[in-house]
Amino acid sequence: MGKFSKKKDSGTPAISTASLPDIVFMLLFFFMVATVMRENGEKKVTVRMPSADQVKKIEKKSLVSYIYVGKPIKKYQAKFGKEPRIQLGDAFANVTDVGPFVLKEKAAKREEEKPLMITSIKADADVGMGIITDIKEELRKVNALKVNYSTKKGGVTTNFNK
Amino acid sequence: MAKRKLQEINAGSMADIAFLLLIFFLVTTTMESNYGIRRKLPPPPDPNTKQEDPVVKKKNVLEIVINGNDQMMIEEEPADVKDVKKIAIEFITNNGKDPKSSDNPQKAVISIKHTRETSYKMYISVYNELIAAYNDIRNRYAKQKYGKPFDKLTEEEQKVVKDAFPQKIAESLPKK
Repeated sequence: MGKFSKKKDSGTPAISTASLPDIVFMLLFFFMVATVMRENGEKKVTVRMPSADQVKKIEKKSLVSYIYVGKPIKKYQAKFGKEPRIQLGDAFANVTDVGPFVLKEKAAKREEEKPLMITSIKADADVGMGIITDIKEELRKVNALKVNYSTKKGGVTTNFNK
Repeated sequence: MAKRKLQEINAGSMADIAFLLLIFFLVTTTMESNYGIRRKLPPPPDPNTKQEDPVVKKKNVLEIVINGNDQMMIEEEPADVKDVKKIAIEFITNNGKDPKSSDNPQKAVISIKHTRETSYKMYISVYNELIAAYNDIRNRYAKQKYGKPFDKLTEEEQKVVKDAFPQKIAESLPKK
């Protein structure tokens, strides 16, 4: 009889962690795929985009040039003030720089891609329309007529909640 | 002599390595929302040809004016963002019913005037509502004619619908 009593319960067995790498790898791949390395580098203006619901998704991200508009972040407020400014690439810019910037972006693309270029304006919800209008006029001058106003997805009423 | 068993490589640290990579990607990830309202700007004015404003009857224009305090007037009546869609749909699909409103959808023009102080969110909101109005009308028409919503139509069918209800939104430059 003593033969069977040898198997004594020695506490709870350790949980196997063999599948842990698999789970972690799964997460890893998800984030690797979802990650977009920001090519524009540092963001120097704060942008809280307005909401809208009649939106379309931009398919080809490589064909988009971004224009950021918003208040400079704290670090730069001493130098550039608190008024909304334009950021092109990773530097502050004037309205007159918008045209050359878009043309430069366009020149770097292949010939057949050039007509498909989109200019995406990422502007803060609270900036005035004056600066936006100026940008639009500059874009018209250089024939960059496809414009995308970047927004969050959501009803427009959320724009006015304080 | 007993045969030595082939030793297995310890894979215990694999999880640590994977975690390290995972945390790196977690930190660098910015889930960039790439949604937006698409808009085609009018081409620049040609300096050689003299710009002549097309003559549009006043009743075919829905005039939206927004001032610097984000207050809106539609056809000289104060209005709220919530009402824009309804008013726009009524205006576009009037088809001459109301003699003061548009003759037909092809002639209907919506004009937005704003100042330099008008906020971007107000502009986007109004613009969004106008597009919503057009999308609504086009969807309704598409369902009536083809029995499918607008997105599901073929390109040619979409063009028919678009031509029936062209999106005519005019913006005038604010005065400096």
